[in-house]
Amino acid sequence: MDTLLLSRLQFAVATLFHFLFVPLTLGLSVLVATMETRYVRTGNPVYLRMTKFWGKIFLINFVVGIVTGISLEFQFGTNWSRYSIFVGDIFGSLLAIEATAAFFLESTLIGVWAFGWNRLSKKAHAAVIWLIAIASTVSAYWILAANSWMQHPVGYEIRNGRAELTDFFAVVTSKFAVLQFLHTVPAAYILGGFFVMGISAWHLLRKNETDFFTRSFRTGLALSLVMSLFVFAEGHMQGADLAEAQPAKVAAMEGHWETSERAPIYLFSWPDQENQKNAIEILPVPGLLSLLAHHDMNASVTGLKDIPRDEQPPVLTVSLSFKLMVCLGILFILQTLYGFFVRNRLAENPRFLKMMVWSIPLPYIACSLGWIMTEMGRQPWIVYGMMKTSDAHSATVAASSVGITLVGFILVYSILGAAGFGLMAKTARKGPEPS
Amino acid sequence: MDHSTYAAIWFFLWGLLWAVYFATDGFDLGVGMMLPFLGETEEDKRAMLKSVGPLWDGNEVWLIAAGGVTFAAFPRVYAVMFSSLYLPLMLILFGLIIRGVSFEFREKLDGAGWKKLWDACQFTGSLLPALLLGVAFANIFAGVPIDGDGAFHGTILTLLTPYGLLGGIFFILMFLLHGSLWLCAHTEGELLARSARTATILWPVTVLAFAAFAALSFFATNLFANFLAHPLLLAVPALGAAAAVSAMFCLKKEFYWRAWFSSGLFIICVTFFGIIGLFPDLFPSNMSPEFSISTANGSSSLLTLKIMLGVALFFVPIVILYQAWAYRLFSKPGPSGEEGY
Repeated sequence: MDTLLLSRLQFAVATLFHFLFVPLTLGLSVLVATMETRYVRTGNPVYLRMTKFWGKIFLINFVVGIVTGISLEFQFGTNWSRYSIFVGDIFGSLLAIEATAAFFLESTLIGVWAFGWNRLSKKAHAAVIWLIAIASTVSAYWILAANSWMQHPVGYEIRNGRAELTDFFAVVTSKFAVLQFLHTVPAAYILGGFFVMGISAWHLLRKNETDFFTRSFRTGLALSLVMSLFVFAEGHMQGADLAEAQPAKVAAMEGHWETSERAPIYLFSWPDQENQKNAIEILPVPGLLSLLAHHDMNASVTGLKDIPRDEQPPVLTVSLSFKLMVCLGILFILQTLYGFFVRNRLAENPRFLKMMVWSIPLPYIACSLGWIMTEMGRQPWIVYGMMKTSDAHSATVAASSVGITLVGFILVYSILGAAGFGLMAKTARKGPEPS
Repeated sequence: MDHSTYAAIWFFLWGLLWAVYFATDGFDLGVGMMLPFLGETEEDKRAMLKSVGPLWDGNEVWLIAAGGVTFAAFPRVYAVMFSSLYLPLMLILFGLIIRGVSFEFREKLDGAGWKKLWDACQFTGSLLPALLLGVAFANIFAGVPIDGDGAFHGTILTLLTPYGLLGGIFFILMFLLHGSLWLCAHTEGELLARSARTATILWPVTVLAFAAFAALSFFATNLFANFLAHPLLLAVPALGAAAAVSAMFCLKKEFYWRAWFSSGLFIICVTFFGIIGLFPDLFPSNMSPEFSISTANGSSSLLTLKIMLGVALFFVPIVILYQAWAYRLFSKPGPSGEEGY
């Protein structure tokens, strides 16, 4: 295998693994902050116990997210040096601003929160977790703005053989970035809520600490319910923006081959890129794709056949990831709506509780699918329409070096993943400290 | 101000970020390396880990900031430096990964084998970055075989010259001294006495290693040219020497905080000794001076440098304020039952 393929694999391993931990950090920080605030306001010790129990799991997850994020920042230079030279002016500055404006705060305060129970007043301690939650969210914005620039470059000019910044404001407030943020962060909140609901359901099924876990379940439910409705609506808005910025990705998502008006969406389709058609197409809903992409049932939607063959993304991967993600999104809405109606009689719904335990991995899968679709859908471009992935890697790094470190990443990350999730499961199963 | 002035400002800010990173993460890497030696009992080990537990994460962000600023202000340097030093950098990252999680994982289970595993990760994960950062910076000072396209002509073995290795050993010693002084200020009883003894032994060794490194730099690098051209700049190494003396003096007088602070200042001066000597190159080539990447041919556009300077001038003082607050908050050893990892 060559340096390019190995570097792509390495980056995929590193990002997907990192992103197993980021959404829970985002979601759980908000939930723990809510619990601690309720403790400060009511003085009810059950909220303090909730804060500490969920906080313990939060910290295990947080640290794995942090250490895996560090390696990502450096991979642009090590493995993607030609990309780094080309976009450093813009992409690099967004990463640097993320570190100074948000990541410092989050990382400094996490130690204060974990070790500061006896050194800060109750209110100050609760304020610290809120600041962590806010800083994590701000951090996410900068990173997503950087990613969005790769998806839809704005505010630049090609000079001296690289993309140079001409309009910082345009980069930071790009519509693509805002929409991606409004999709990714609420999705992370859904994941946090499902995580808390799933573990709470496990204990409720065993009649452990019923009051404690009922309250926890409802806290997670409230966040997930609101956010899954929001993400669904937001996904629609994003569709229209995407059709404008990345027509190839939208066509790939739906397996849409011929440019046509009243473009349909199929209930099920199986794209066959080899023959430039769908092998299977079931139940078309005419005009729906036009409606999603351009807010007009009769609008024309670009088909894949009008995109040069060597500029088409891997259609099947993108399409399946997208459709499965949407199905999961709909499932989350149904689950949380049902949860809302039975929130006062959770104990009488063991089947629902059991389903919620088994649902813990689902938002993780949905988040990963979202990223696979986003990143694979951009291929073969690393910067959409500007630079191809095959021109971006460090050509001077030996394939053997990348190969060795890829094996290293897989080994270290497997151990980290096993230890991290193992410890989280163990802590979760053990339940809160006795009051 | 013109483009080259901005680039020069960013060159020194870049150096400052590395210096602050070494001065902050340096002591927790030092503590990590000493864990198997100074931590005789489980209680000692916990006290050592707890002394750096609240702060290591915030310290490590200075590395992220240094990396981010290299990317933003000097993209070509970021690309060529990091792809040339590929394997050492990857090893540093693996080290930092296993070290970071060991803080959190170690305390979560009771088994002796489990604790041993994470102690080993803490040790290796502290040693590797200290050693390799030293090797990397010594090589940067001496120049690296890169051609006009920024392609690296060498292997990891090219970097392991006597000068490079001496740089690595010096970094290890410098961080050990910094870490032992930190432990003096943050522990009590027998552990404190042992830390003070360790620091007393480490001090002359570290100073000697620096003297040897500086002497070898005279032959292996071009670092002295700027100092000889502008002798006033010698104030920086002089301040470093004063800081080193002050560290020993304060250690003897049992002013441990001041001793630690002096050793931090020593690290900053040592880093700036190299940074000043390097200017205006960030990544010199030892194949031909014209292949070197400098502030002139490696920097970002003027607009990016300006925006980044605005961001830095606004946020960095705020970062320093809340980090100082966190350091103050954990300046004393906590009660033994205190929560944490």
